[in-house]
Amino acid sequence: MLKLALRRMAAILPTLFVIISLSFAIIRLAPGGPFDQEETLSPAVRANLERSYGLNEPLGVQYLRYLGGLLHGDFGPSLTQRDFSVGELIARGLPLSATLGLAAIGVALLAGLPLGIAAAVWRSRGMDLSVAACAALGIALPSFVVGPLLALVFGVHLRWLPVGGFEAGAPRFLVLPVLTLALPVAAYLARLMRASLLEVLRAPYMRSARARGIGATRLLWRHALRPALLPVVSYLGPAAAFVITGSLVVEEVFGLPGSGRFLVQGAINRDYPLVMGMVIVYGALTLILNLLADLAYGWLDPGTRRD
Amino acid sequence: MTEALLLQGRWWNAAGRRFRHNGLACTALALLTLLMLAALLGPWLSHWRFDSLDWQHLGQPPGGGGHWLGTDRLGRDLLVRTLYGLRLSLLVGLLASSVSLVIGVSWGALAGFSGGRVDGWMMRFVDVMYALPYLFVVIILTTLFPRGSLTVLLVALGAVGWLTTARIVRAQTLALKQREFIDAARVSGVSGAGILRRHVVPNVLGPVVVYATLVVPQMILAESFLSFLGLGVQEPQASLGSLVYGGAQEMESAPWMLLVPASVLVLLLLCLNLLGDGLRDAFDPRDS
Repeated sequence: MLKLALRRMAAILPTLFVIISLSFAIIRLAPGGPFDQEETLSPAVRANLERSYGLNEPLGVQYLRYLGGLLHGDFGPSLTQRDFSVGELIARGLPLSATLGLAAIGVALLAGLPLGIAAAVWRSRGMDLSVAACAALGIALPSFVVGPLLALVFGVHLRWLPVGGFEAGAPRFLVLPVLTLALPVAAYLARLMRASLLEVLRAPYMRSARARGIGATRLLWRHALRPALLPVVSYLGPAAAFVITGSLVVEEVFGLPGSGRFLVQGAINRDYPLVMGMVIVYGALTLILNLLADLAYGWLDPGTRRD
Repeated sequence: MTEALLLQGRWWNAAGRRFRHNGLACTALALLTLLMLAALLGPWLSHWRFDSLDWQHLGQPPGGGGHWLGTDRLGRDLLVRTLYGLRLSLLVGLLASSVSLVIGVSWGALAGFSGGRVDGWMMRFVDVMYALPYLFVVIILTTLFPRGSLTVLLVALGAVGWLTTARIVRAQTLALKQREFIDAARVSGVSGAGILRRHVVPNVLGPVVVYATLVVPQMILAESFLSFLGLGVQEPQASLGSLVYGGAQEMESAPWMLLVPASVLVLLLLCLNLLGDGLRDAFDPRDS
Protein backbone atom coordinates (compact mmCIF):
# COMPACT_ATOMS: atom_id res chain seq x y z
CA MET A 1 0.00 0.00 0.00
CA LEU A 2 2.76 2.46 0.97
CA LYS A 3 4.74 1.41 -2.09
CA LEU A 4 1.72 2.02 -4.29
CA ALA A 5 1.22 5.47 -2.76
CA LEU A 6 4.87 6.43 -3.30
CA ARG A 7 4.86 5.15 -6.87
CA ARG A 8 1.72 7.10 -7.71
CA MET A 9 3.14 10.24 -6.11
CA ALA A 10 6.35 9.92 -8.10
CA ALA A 11 4.29 9.61 -11.30
CA ILE A 12 2.72 13.04 -10.75
CA LEU A 13 5.94 14.99 -11.29
CA PRO A 14 6.68 13.91 -14.88
CA THR A 15 3.02 14.43 -15.79
CA LEU A 16 3.16 17.93 -14.36
CA PHE A 17 6.41 18.58 -16.22
CA VAL A 18 4.80 17.54 -19.51
CA ILE A 19 1.81 19.78 -18.81
CA ILE A 20 4.08 22.76 -18.10
CA SER A 21 6.20 22.20 -21.19
CA LEU A 22 3.23 21.64 -23.51
CA SER A 23 1.34 24.71 -22.35
CA PHE A 24 4.52 26.79 -22.54
CA ALA A 25 5.15 25.63 -26.10
CA ILE A 26 1.56 26.14 -27.27
CA ILE A 27 1.17 29.57 -25.73
CA ARG A 28 4.55 30.95 -26.84
CA LEU A 29 4.21 29.71 -30.40
CA ALA A 30 0.86 31.47 -30.73
CA PRO A 31 0.57 34.41 -33.10
CA GLY A 32 -0.35 37.67 -31.39
CA GLY A 33 1.36 39.07 -28.32
CA PRO A 34 0.19 40.57 -25.05
CA PHE A 35 0.85 44.14 -26.21
CA ASP A 36 -1.15 43.87 -29.45
CA GLN A 37 -4.19 45.63 -28.06
CA GLU A 38 -2.35 48.80 -27.14
CA GLU A 39 -1.81 49.88 -30.72
CA THR A 40 -0.51 53.33 -29.91
CA LEU A 41 2.75 51.92 -28.54
CA SER A 42 5.77 53.17 -30.46
CA PRO A 43 8.27 50.49 -31.52
CA ALA A 44 10.82 51.75 -28.99
CA VAL A 45 8.38 51.58 -26.06
CA ARG A 46 7.25 48.17 -27.20
CA ALA A 47 10.80 46.87 -27.38
CA ASN A 48 11.43 48.24 -23.90
CA LEU A 49 8.32 46.58 -22.54
CA GLU A 50 9.28 43.26 -24.11
CA ARG A 51 12.79 43.56 -22.73
CA SER A 52 11.59 44.30 -19.21
CA TYR A 53 9.48 41.13 -19.29
CA GLY A 54 12.27 39.11 -20.93
CA LEU A 55 10.14 38.40 -24.01
CA ASN A 56 12.94 39.34 -26.42
CA GLU A 57 15.23 36.48 -25.45
CA PRO A 58 15.33 33.11 -27.24
CA LEU A 59 12.46 30.79 -26.32
CA GLY A 60 14.78 28.22 -24.79
CA VAL A 61 16.20 30.77 -22.36
CA GLN A 62 12.71 31.99 -21.45
CA TYR A 63 11.63 28.39 -20.84
CA LEU A 64 14.57 27.59 -18.55
CA ARG A 65 14.13 30.84 -16.66
CA TYR A 66 10.42 30.08 -16.20
CA LEU A 67 11.15 26.57 -14.91
CA GLY A 68 13.74 28.01 -12.52
CA GLY A 69 11.18 30.49 -11.23
CA LEU A 70 8.62 27.74 -10.74
CA LEU A 71 11.05 25.85 -8.54
CA HIS A 72 11.05 28.88 -6.23
CA GLY A 73 7.28 29.20 -6.41
CA ASP A 74 7.53 32.20 -8.75
CA PHE A 75 4.99 32.24 -11.61
CA GLY A 76 6.28 35.52 -13.05
CA PRO A 77 4.54 38.89 -13.40
CA SER A 78 1.07 39.26 -14.86
CA LEU A 79 1.25 41.07 -18.20
CA THR A 80 -2.15 42.75 -17.96
CA GLN A 81 -2.54 43.45 -14.23
CA ARG A 82 0.86 45.03 -13.91
CA ASP A 83 0.88 45.71 -10.19
CA PHE A 84 0.52 42.04 -9.34
CA SER A 85 2.49 38.87 -9.87
CA VAL A 86 0.62 35.82 -11.11
CA GLY A 87 1.31 34.11 -7.81
CA GLU A 88 -0.35 36.96 -5.88
CA LEU A 89 -3.41 36.97 -8.14
CA ILE A 90 -3.96 33.23 -7.85
CA ALA A 91 -3.25 33.22 -4.11
CA ARG A 92 -5.91 35.90 -3.63
CA GLY A 93 -8.60 33.98 -5.50
CA LEU A 94 -7.74 30.39 -4.68
CA PRO A 95 -9.08 30.16 -1.08
CA LEU A 96 -12.57 31.13 -2.24
CA SER A 97 -12.44 28.73 -5.21
CA ALA A 98 -11.18 25.92 -3.00
CA THR A 99 -13.95 26.52 -0.45
CA LEU A 100 -16.48 26.48 -3.26
CA GLY A 101 -15.15 23.25 -4.75
CA LEU A 102 -14.74 21.34 -1.48
CA ALA A 103 -18.17 22.43 -0.25
CA ALA A 104 -19.69 21.29 -3.56
CA ILE A 105 -18.10 17.84 -3.35
CA GLY A 106 -19.14 17.56 0.30
CA VAL A 107 -22.75 18.48 -0.46
CA ALA A 108 -22.81 16.10 -3.43
CA LEU A 109 -21.58 13.22 -1.25
CA LEU A 110 -24.00 14.03 1.58
CA ALA A 111 -26.95 14.21 -0.81
CA GLY A 112 -26.02 11.65 -3.47
CA LEU A 113 -24.89 8.68 -1.37
CA PRO A 114 -27.91 8.45 1.00
CA LEU A 115 -30.26 8.89 -1.97
CA GLY A 116 -28.50 6.12 -3.89
CA ILE A 117 -28.53 3.78 -0.86
CA ALA A 118 -32.22 4.50 -0.22
CA ALA A 119 -33.06 3.85 -3.87
CA ALA A 120 -31.24 0.50 -3.77
CA VAL A 121 -32.76 -0.65 -0.46
CA TRP A 122 -36.37 0.37 -1.10
CA ARG A 123 -36.56 -0.79 -4.66
CA SER A 124 -39.71 0.01 -6.57
CA ARG A 125 -40.59 0.95 -10.11
CA GLY A 126 -41.37 4.53 -9.12
CA MET A 127 -38.05 4.87 -7.34
CA ASP A 128 -36.13 3.37 -10.27
CA LEU A 129 -37.79 5.77 -12.68
CA SER A 130 -37.20 8.85 -10.54
CA VAL A 131 -33.53 7.99 -9.98
CA ALA A 132 -33.04 7.43 -13.72
CA ALA A 133 -34.86 10.68 -14.56
CA CYS A 134 -32.90 12.71 -11.98
CA ALA A 135 -29.60 11.31 -13.20
CA ALA A 136 -30.45 11.95 -16.87
CA LEU A 137 -31.50 15.53 -16.06
CA GLY A 138 -28.49 16.08 -13.81
CA ILE A 139 -26.20 15.12 -16.67
CA ALA A 140 -28.09 17.08 -19.34
CA LEU A 141 -28.40 20.29 -17.28
CA PRO A 142 -25.11 22.16 -17.71
CA SER A 143 -23.92 24.31 -14.79
CA PHE A 144 -24.23 27.47 -16.86
CA VAL A 145 -27.97 26.75 -17.19
CA VAL A 146 -28.56 25.58 -13.60
CA GLY A 147 -26.76 28.58 -12.12
CA PRO A 148 -28.82 31.32 -13.80
CA LEU A 149 -32.04 29.31 -13.23
CA LEU A 150 -31.34 28.96 -9.49
CA ALA A 151 -30.48 32.65 -9.31
CA LEU A 152 -33.72 33.47 -11.14
CA VAL A 153 -35.89 31.41 -8.78
CA PHE A 154 -34.21 31.93 -5.39
CA GLY A 155 -32.62 35.31 -6.00
CA VAL A 156 -34.95 37.27 -8.25
CA HIS A 157 -38.39 35.80 -7.50
CA LEU A 158 -38.25 34.47 -3.94
CA ARG A 159 -35.54 36.91 -2.80
CA TRP A 160 -34.20 34.36 -0.31
CA LEU A 161 -30.58 34.55 -1.39
CA PRO A 162 -28.34 37.06 -3.15
CA VAL A 163 -28.26 36.79 -6.96
CA GLY A 164 -24.50 37.26 -7.05
CA GLY A 165 -21.49 38.96 -5.57
CA PHE A 166 -19.56 38.10 -2.46
CA GLU A 167 -18.82 39.52 0.96
CA ALA A 168 -16.19 37.89 3.13
CA GLY A 169 -17.68 35.93 6.03
CA ALA A 170 -21.20 35.72 4.58
CA PRO A 171 -21.90 32.09 3.64
CA ARG A 172 -25.28 32.93 2.10
CA PHE A 173 -23.40 34.20 -0.96
CA LEU A 174 -22.03 30.70 -1.46
CA VAL A 175 -25.28 28.71 -1.16
CA LEU A 176 -26.42 28.97 -4.78
CA PRO A 177 -22.93 28.53 -6.31
CA VAL A 178 -22.31 25.42 -4.20
CA LEU A 179 -25.72 23.97 -5.11
CA THR A 180 -25.09 24.64 -8.81
CA LEU A 181 -21.80 22.78 -8.73
CA ALA A 182 -23.06 19.96 -6.50
CA LEU A 183 -26.32 19.06 -8.28
CA PRO A 184 -24.94 17.15 -11.30
CA VAL A 185 -22.31 15.39 -9.18
CA ALA A 186 -24.96 14.38 -6.63
CA ALA A 187 -27.22 13.04 -9.40
CA TYR A 188 -24.40 10.97 -10.85
CA LEU A 189 -23.27 9.71 -7.43
CA ALA A 190 -26.82 8.63 -6.56
CA ARG A 191 -27.12 6.60 -9.76
CA LEU A 192 -23.68 5.05 -9.30
CA MET A 193 -24.25 4.20 -5.63
CA ARG A 194 -27.62 2.62 -6.37
CA ALA A 195 -26.30 0.48 -9.25
CA SER A 196 -23.24 -0.75 -7.39
CA LEU A 197 -25.11 -1.49 -4.14
CA LEU A 198 -27.72 -3.47 -6.07
CA GLU A 199 -24.97 -5.50 -7.70
CA VAL A 200 -23.26 -6.23 -4.37
CA LEU A 201 -26.55 -7.20 -2.72
CA ARG A 202 -27.08 -9.79 -5.46
CA ALA A 203 -23.60 -11.32 -5.05
CA PRO A 204 -23.35 -14.96 -3.83
CA TYR A 205 -21.45 -14.06 -0.65
CA MET A 206 -24.30 -11.81 0.39
CA ARG A 207 -26.69 -14.71 -0.05
CA SER A 208 -24.56 -16.92 2.15
CA ALA A 209 -24.30 -14.15 4.76
CA ARG A 210 -28.09 -13.92 4.71
CA ALA A 211 -28.30 -17.72 5.04
CA ARG A 212 -26.12 -17.52 8.16
CA GLY A 213 -28.87 -15.38 9.66
CA ILE A 214 -27.26 -11.93 9.60
CA GLY A 215 -29.94 -9.25 9.88
CA ALA A 216 -30.73 -6.91 6.99
CA THR A 217 -29.39 -3.77 8.70
CA ARG A 218 -26.10 -5.34 9.75
CA LEU A 219 -25.79 -6.93 6.33
CA LEU A 220 -26.12 -3.56 4.64
CA TRP A 221 -23.82 -1.50 6.89
CA ARG A 222 -21.17 -4.11 7.74
CA HIS A 223 -20.93 -6.19 4.59
CA ALA A 224 -22.43 -4.53 1.53
CA LEU A 225 -21.54 -0.87 1.83
CA ARG A 226 -17.76 -1.09 1.72
CA PRO A 227 -17.41 -3.03 -1.54
CA ALA A 228 -20.29 -1.01 -3.02
CA LEU A 229 -18.34 2.22 -2.38
CA LEU A 230 -15.50 1.22 -4.75
CA PRO A 231 -17.00 2.55 -8.03
CA VAL A 232 -18.10 5.68 -6.17
CA VAL A 233 -14.57 6.36 -4.97
CA SER A 234 -13.10 5.82 -8.42
CA TYR A 235 -15.57 8.41 -9.73
CA LEU A 236 -14.27 11.01 -7.24
CA GLY A 237 -11.23 11.80 -9.41
CA PRO A 238 -13.29 12.71 -12.50
CA ALA A 239 -15.76 14.47 -10.18
CA ALA A 240 -12.96 16.70 -8.91
CA ALA A 241 -11.98 17.60 -12.48
CA PHE A 242 -15.64 18.31 -13.23
CA VAL A 243 -16.00 20.60 -10.22
CA ILE A 244 -12.78 22.45 -11.05
CA THR A 245 -13.95 23.05 -14.63
CA GLY A 246 -17.47 23.95 -13.49
CA SER A 247 -16.11 26.51 -11.04
CA LEU A 248 -14.98 28.62 -14.03
CA VAL A 249 -18.60 29.06 -15.07
CA VAL A 250 -20.06 29.29 -11.59
CA GLU A 251 -17.68 32.08 -10.59
CA GLU A 252 -18.66 33.92 -13.77
CA VAL A 253 -22.41 33.41 -13.23
CA PHE A 254 -22.44 34.52 -9.59
CA GLY A 255 -19.71 37.14 -9.83
CA LEU A 256 -17.48 35.46 -7.26
CA PRO A 257 -13.90 36.79 -6.95
CA GLY A 258 -12.31 33.33 -7.13
CA SER A 259 -9.32 32.34 -9.23
CA GLY A 260 -11.29 30.67 -12.07
CA ARG A 261 -11.93 33.97 -13.87
CA PHE A 262 -8.17 34.49 -14.26
CA LEU A 263 -7.97 31.61 -16.71
CA VAL A 264 -10.71 33.07 -18.92
CA GLN A 265 -9.45 36.67 -18.61
CA GLY A 266 -5.90 35.54 -19.22
CA ALA A 267 -6.98 33.60 -22.31
CA ILE A 268 -8.90 36.57 -23.72
CA ASN A 269 -6.07 39.06 -23.03
CA ARG A 270 -3.20 36.74 -24.02
CA ASP A 271 -1.68 37.13 -20.56
CA TYR A 272 0.71 34.17 -20.98
CA PRO A 273 2.07 33.92 -17.42
CA LEU A 274 -1.44 34.14 -15.96
CA VAL A 275 -2.83 31.34 -18.18
CA MET A 276 0.20 29.16 -17.52
CA GLY A 277 0.02 29.75 -13.79
CA MET A 278 -3.66 28.81 -13.76
CA VAL A 279 -3.14 25.70 -15.89
CA ILE A 280 -0.27 24.57 -13.68
CA VAL A 281 -2.08 25.23 -10.38
CA TYR A 282 -5.40 23.72 -11.51
CA GLY A 283 -3.63 20.86 -13.31
CA ALA A 284 -1.64 20.04 -10.17
CA LEU A 285 -4.84 20.21 -8.10
CA THR A 286 -6.56 17.77 -10.45
CA LEU A 287 -3.61 15.40 -10.31
CA ILE A 288 -3.45 15.51 -6.49
CA LEU A 289 -7.19 14.96 -6.10
CA ASN A 290 -6.99 12.03 -8.54
CA LEU A 291 -4.14 10.60 -6.48
CA LEU A 292 -6.16 10.93 -3.25
CA ALA A 293 -9.11 9.17 -4.89
CA ASP A 294 -6.79 6.38 -6.08
CA LEU A 295 -5.32 5.97 -2.60
CA ALA A 296 -8.77 5.83 -1.02
CA TYR A 297 -9.65 3.17 -3.58
CA GLY A 298 -6.57 1.16 -2.69
CA TRP A 299 -7.39 1.45 1.01
CA LEU A 300 -10.96 0.22 0.46
CA ASP A 301 -10.10 -2.58 -1.96
CA PRO A 302 -8.47 -5.56 -0.20
CA GLY A 303 -7.10 -6.78 -3.56
CA THR A 304 -4.75 -3.79 -3.98
CA ARG A 305 -3.88 -3.62 -0.28
CA ARG A 306 -2.28 -7.03 -0.35
CA ASP A 307 0.19 -6.13 -3.12
CA MET B 1 -18.30 -15.12 -46.86
CA THR B 2 -22.07 -15.26 -47.39
CA GLU B 3 -22.36 -16.85 -43.97
CA ALA B 4 -20.53 -13.91 -42.42
CA LEU B 5 -22.79 -11.45 -44.21
CA LEU B 6 -25.84 -13.34 -43.02
CA LEU B 7 -24.59 -13.25 -39.42
CA GLN B 8 -23.87 -9.56 -39.73
CA GLY B 9 -27.37 -8.94 -41.04
CA ARG B 10 -28.84 -10.83 -38.12
CA TRP B 11 -26.74 -8.77 -35.70
CA TRP B 12 -28.08 -5.55 -37.21
CA ASN B 13 -31.65 -6.85 -37.10
CA ALA B 14 -31.34 -7.82 -33.46
CA ALA B 15 -29.87 -4.43 -32.59
CA GLY B 16 -32.66 -2.66 -34.50
CA ARG B 17 -35.27 -4.74 -32.65
CA ARG B 18 -33.73 -3.95 -29.26
CA PHE B 19 -33.64 -0.26 -30.16
CA ARG B 20 -37.30 -0.21 -31.26
CA HIS B 21 -38.34 -1.77 -27.94
CA ASN B 22 -36.63 1.09 -26.07
CA GLY B 23 -39.47 3.63 -25.91
CA LEU B 24 -37.37 6.37 -24.33
CA ALA B 25 -34.68 6.18 -27.01
CA CYS B 26 -37.28 6.18 -29.81
CA THR B 27 -38.98 9.26 -28.35
CA ALA B 28 -35.58 10.92 -28.12
CA LEU B 29 -34.89 10.11 -31.76
CA ALA B 30 -38.26 11.54 -32.86
CA LEU B 31 -37.77 14.74 -30.83
CA LEU B 32 -34.24 15.08 -32.15
CA THR B 33 -35.47 14.79 -35.74
CA LEU B 34 -38.02 17.54 -35.04
CA LEU B 35 -35.33 19.77 -33.51
CA MET B 36 -33.04 19.23 -36.49
CA LEU B 37 -35.81 19.99 -38.98
CA ALA B 38 -36.72 23.15 -37.04
CA ALA B 39 -33.06 24.21 -36.96
CA LEU B 40 -32.70 23.63 -40.71
CA LEU B 41 -36.01 25.07 -41.94
CA GLY B 42 -37.06 27.48 -39.16
CA PRO B 43 -34.70 30.40 -39.82
CA TRP B 44 -35.44 30.08 -43.52
CA LEU B 45 -39.27 30.18 -43.09
CA SER B 46 -39.37 33.25 -40.85
CA HIS B 47 -39.11 36.71 -42.36
CA TRP B 48 -36.80 37.78 -39.53
CA ARG B 49 -33.11 37.15 -39.90
CA PHE B 50 -30.88 36.17 -36.97
CA ASP B 51 -29.34 39.65 -36.97
CA SER B 52 -32.20 41.84 -38.22
CA LEU B 53 -33.28 44.52 -35.74
CA ASP B 54 -36.92 45.36 -35.06
CA TRP B 55 -36.76 48.89 -33.59
CA GLN B 56 -40.47 48.89 -32.68
CA HIS B 57 -40.14 45.87 -30.40
CA LEU B 58 -37.02 46.06 -28.25
CA GLY B 59 -37.06 43.56 -25.38
CA GLN B 60 -40.55 42.37 -26.41
CA PRO B 61 -42.04 39.59 -24.19
CA PRO B 62 -43.20 36.43 -26.01
CA GLY B 63 -46.32 36.71 -28.16
CA GLY B 64 -46.32 40.40 -29.03
CA GLY B 65 -45.38 42.28 -32.19
CA GLY B 66 -45.25 39.23 -34.43
CA HIS B 67 -42.44 37.62 -32.40
CA TRP B 68 -43.64 34.26 -31.03
CA LEU B 69 -40.98 33.98 -28.36
CA GLY B 70 -40.20 37.68 -27.96
CA THR B 71 -37.07 39.66 -28.85
CA ASP B 72 -33.82 40.59 -27.14
CA ARG B 73 -32.63 44.09 -26.16
CA LEU B 74 -31.69 44.89 -29.75
CA GLY B 75 -35.07 43.74 -31.10
CA ARG B 76 -33.76 40.54 -32.67
CA ASP B 77 -36.33 37.71 -32.88
CA LEU B 78 -35.53 35.21 -30.16
CA LEU B 79 -37.11 32.19 -31.86
CA VAL B 80 -35.07 32.74 -35.02
CA ARG B 81 -31.91 33.38 -33.03
CA THR B 82 -32.46 30.25 -30.91
CA LEU B 83 -33.07 28.09 -33.99
CA TYR B 84 -30.03 29.65 -35.62
CA GLY B 85 -27.99 28.94 -32.48
CA LEU B 86 -29.34 25.38 -32.44
CA ARG B 87 -28.16 24.95 -36.03
CA LEU B 88 -24.70 26.24 -35.16
CA SER B 89 -24.47 24.09 -32.01
CA LEU B 90 -25.52 20.98 -33.96
CA LEU B 91 -23.05 21.78 -36.73
CA VAL B 92 -20.17 22.32 -34.31
CA GLY B 93 -21.15 19.21 -32.36
CA LEU B 94 -21.25 16.96 -35.42
CA LEU B 95 -18.12 18.35 -37.09
CA ALA B 96 -16.04 18.43 -33.90
CA SER B 97 -17.09 14.85 -33.19
CA SER B 98 -15.95 13.88 -36.70
CA VAL B 99 -12.60 15.59 -36.16
CA SER B 100 -12.13 13.79 -32.85
CA LEU B 101 -13.22 10.52 -34.47
CA VAL B 102 -10.64 10.81 -37.25
CA ILE B 103 -7.83 11.63 -34.80
CA GLY B 104 -8.92 9.02 -32.27
CA VAL B 105 -9.26 6.20 -34.81
CA SER B 106 -5.92 6.98 -36.46
CA TRP B 107 -4.10 7.36 -33.12
CA GLY B 108 -5.59 4.25 -31.54
CA ALA B 109 -5.21 2.04 -34.62
CA LEU B 110 -1.61 3.17 -35.15
CA ALA B 111 -0.70 2.64 -31.49
CA GLY B 112 -2.38 -0.75 -31.25
CA PHE B 113 -1.00 -1.96 -34.58
CA SER B 114 2.57 -0.77 -33.96
CA GLY B 115 2.74 -2.20 -30.46
CA GLY B 116 5.90 -2.10 -28.34
CA ARG B 117 7.56 1.16 -27.47
CA VAL B 118 5.62 3.29 -29.96
CA ASP B 119 2.38 2.03 -28.45
CA GLY B 120 3.67 2.73 -24.95
CA TRP B 121 4.60 6.34 -25.69
CA MET B 122 1.44 7.08 -27.67
CA MET B 123 -0.80 5.79 -24.89
CA ARG B 124 1.30 7.51 -22.21
CA PHE B 125 0.54 10.77 -24.00
CA VAL B 126 -3.16 9.91 -23.86
CA ASP B 127 -2.86 9.26 -20.11
CA VAL B 128 -1.23 12.64 -19.53
CA MET B 129 -3.94 14.43 -21.50
CA TYR B 130 -6.56 12.52 -19.52
CA ALA B 131 -5.17 13.89 -16.28
CA LEU B 132 -6.00 17.47 -17.32
CA PRO B 133 -9.53 18.85 -17.33
CA TYR B 134 -9.93 18.88 -21.12
CA LEU B 135 -11.64 22.26 -21.31
CA PHE B 136 -8.40 23.81 -20.02
CA VAL B 137 -6.61 22.51 -23.07
CA VAL B 138 -9.41 23.75 -25.31
CA ILE B 139 -9.18 27.19 -23.69
CA ILE B 140 -5.42 27.28 -24.32
CA LEU B 141 -5.99 26.24 -27.93
CA THR B 142 -8.66 28.90 -28.51
CA THR B 143 -6.17 31.58 -27.45
CA LEU B 144 -3.87 30.64 -30.30
CA PHE B 145 -6.05 32.06 -33.06
CA PRO B 146 -8.36 35.00 -33.65
CA ARG B 147 -11.48 34.53 -31.58
CA GLY B 148 -14.85 33.64 -33.05
CA SER B 149 -13.50 31.53 -35.89
CA LEU B 150 -15.57 28.35 -36.28
CA THR B 151 -12.62 26.40 -37.63
CA VAL B 152 -10.59 27.12 -34.50
CA LEU B 153 -13.45 25.97 -32.31
CA LEU B 154 -13.81 22.75 -34.29
CA VAL B 155 -10.11 21.97 -34.25
CA ALA B 156 -9.73 22.85 -30.56
CA LEU B 157 -12.67 20.69 -29.50
CA GLY B 158 -11.74 17.84 -31.84
CA ALA B 159 -8.11 17.96 -30.77
CA VAL B 160 -9.07 17.13 -27.20
CA GLY B 161 -12.15 14.95 -27.52
CA TRP B 162 -10.44 11.97 -29.14
CA LEU B 163 -8.80 10.40 -26.09
CA THR B 164 -11.49 7.85 -25.20
CA THR B 165 -11.98 6.95 -28.87
CA ALA B 166 -8.25 6.25 -29.14
CA ARG B 167 -8.38 3.92 -26.12
CA ILE B 168 -11.37 2.00 -27.51
CA VAL B 169 -9.80 1.68 -30.96
CA ARG B 170 -6.46 0.57 -29.55
CA ALA B 171 -8.08 -2.19 -27.51
CA GLN B 172 -10.05 -3.37 -30.57
CA THR B 173 -6.95 -3.25 -32.75
CA LEU B 174 -4.95 -5.33 -30.27
CA ALA B 175 -7.67 -7.98 -30.43
CA LEU B 176 -7.86 -7.81 -34.24
CA LYS B 177 -4.10 -8.27 -34.62
CA GLN B 178 -4.40 -11.85 -33.39
CA ARG B 179 -6.87 -12.80 -36.12
CA GLU B 180 -5.93 -15.00 -39.07
CA PHE B 181 -7.03 -12.64 -41.85
CA ILE B 182 -4.46 -10.07 -40.71
CA ASP B 183 -1.74 -12.72 -40.88
CA ALA B 184 -3.04 -13.76 -44.28
CA ALA B 185 -2.85 -10.18 -45.54
CA ARG B 186 0.69 -9.83 -44.20
CA VAL B 187 1.81 -13.08 -45.80
CA SER B 188 0.40 -12.02 -49.16
CA GLY B 189 2.59 -8.92 -48.97
CA VAL B 190 0.18 -6.14 -48.02
CA SER B 191 2.05 -3.22 -46.41
CA GLY B 192 1.43 -2.15 -42.82
CA ALA B 193 -0.39 0.99 -43.95
CA GLY B 194 -2.51 -1.10 -46.31
CA ILE B 195 -3.50 -3.53 -43.56
CA LEU B 196 -4.40 -0.62 -41.29
CA ARG B 197 -6.53 1.01 -43.96
CA ARG B 198 -8.18 -2.05 -45.50
CA HIS B 199 -8.52 -4.43 -42.57
CA VAL B 200 -8.11 -2.73 -39.21
CA VAL B 201 -9.98 0.56 -39.50
CA PRO B 202 -13.16 -0.80 -41.17
CA ASN B 203 -13.41 -3.48 -38.49
CA VAL B 204 -13.13 -1.14 -35.50
CA LEU B 205 -15.61 1.41 -36.87
CA GLY B 206 -18.74 -0.32 -35.53
CA PRO B 207 -18.18 0.13 -31.79
CA VAL B 208 -16.59 3.50 -32.41
CA VAL B 209 -19.62 4.91 -34.22
CA VAL B 210 -21.87 3.78 -31.37
CA TYR B 211 -19.56 5.53 -28.89
CA ALA B 212 -19.50 8.61 -31.12
CA THR B 213 -23.22 9.20 -30.52
CA LEU B 214 -22.27 9.98 -26.93
CA VAL B 215 -19.43 12.26 -28.05
CA VAL B 216 -21.77 14.60 -29.95
CA PRO B 217 -23.60 15.91 -26.83
CA GLN B 218 -20.25 16.31 -25.04
CA MET B 219 -18.99 18.45 -27.90
CA ILE B 220 -22.18 20.53 -27.98
CA LEU B 221 -21.89 21.04 -24.24
CA ALA B 222 -18.24 22.05 -24.51
CA GLU B 223 -18.98 24.49 -27.33
CA SER B 224 -21.82 26.09 -25.33
CA PHE B 225 -19.52 26.28 -22.30
CA LEU B 226 -16.88 28.16 -24.29
CA SER B 227 -19.42 30.45 -25.93
CA PHE B 228 -20.91 31.15 -22.50
CA LEU B 229 -17.49 32.25 -21.25
CA GLY B 230 -17.02 34.45 -24.33
CA LEU B 231 -14.31 32.25 -25.85
CA GLY B 232 -16.45 30.65 -28.56
CA VAL B 233 -18.94 32.03 -31.07
CA GLN B 234 -18.95 35.86 -31.19
CA GLU B 235 -21.77 38.39 -31.78
CA PRO B 236 -23.81 38.82 -33.93
CA GLN B 237 -23.52 35.06 -34.49
CA ALA B 238 -25.31 33.02 -31.88
CA SER B 239 -24.90 29.57 -30.41
CA LEU B 240 -27.05 28.15 -27.64
CA GLY B 241 -24.29 28.88 -25.12
CA SER B 242 -23.90 32.55 -26.05
CA LEU B 243 -27.70 32.98 -26.03
CA VAL B 244 -27.88 31.50 -22.52
CA TYR B 245 -25.15 33.94 -21.48
CA GLY B 246 -27.05 36.88 -22.98
CA GLY B 247 -30.23 35.70 -21.26
CA ALA B 248 -28.51 35.33 -17.90
CA GLN B 249 -27.45 39.01 -18.09
CA GLU B 250 -31.08 40.09 -18.59
CA MET B 251 -32.93 37.55 -16.49
CA GLU B 252 -34.17 39.97 -13.82
CA SER B 253 -36.20 42.03 -16.27
CA ALA B 254 -36.64 39.61 -19.19
CA PRO B 255 -36.56 35.97 -18.02
CA TRP B 256 -37.69 34.62 -21.41
CA MET B 257 -34.33 35.56 -22.90
CA LEU B 258 -32.79 32.96 -20.56
CA LEU B 259 -35.58 30.38 -20.53
CA VAL B 260 -36.01 29.93 -24.31
CA PRO B 261 -32.41 29.05 -25.28
CA ALA B 262 -31.81 27.21 -21.99
CA SER B 263 -34.76 24.85 -22.49
CA VAL B 264 -33.82 24.15 -26.10
CA LEU B 265 -30.25 23.34 -25.04
CA VAL B 266 -31.38 21.04 -22.22
CA LEU B 267 -33.89 19.27 -24.50
CA LEU B 268 -31.20 18.76 -27.15
CA LEU B 269 -28.64 17.38 -24.68
CA LEU B 270 -31.23 15.14 -23.03
CA CYS B 271 -32.35 13.68 -26.39
CA LEU B 272 -28.79 13.11 -27.59
CA ASN B 273 -27.80 11.39 -24.33
CA LEU B 274 -30.88 9.16 -24.30
CA LEU B 275 -30.34 8.28 -27.97
CA GLY B 276 -26.69 7.45 -27.33
CA ASP B 277 -27.56 5.29 -24.33
CA GLY B 278 -30.26 3.53 -26.36
CA LEU B 279 -27.88 2.81 -29.23
CA ARG B 280 -25.21 1.51 -26.87
CA ASP B 281 -27.70 -0.79 -25.17
CA ALA B 282 -28.99 -1.99 -28.55
CA PHE B 283 -25.57 -2.77 -29.99
CA ASP B 284 -23.83 -3.91 -26.83
CA PRO B 285 -26.46 -5.69 -24.71
CA ARG B 286 -23.82 -7.08 -22.31
CA ASP B 287 -23.50 -3.68 -20.67
CA SER B 288 -27.10 -3.16 -19.60
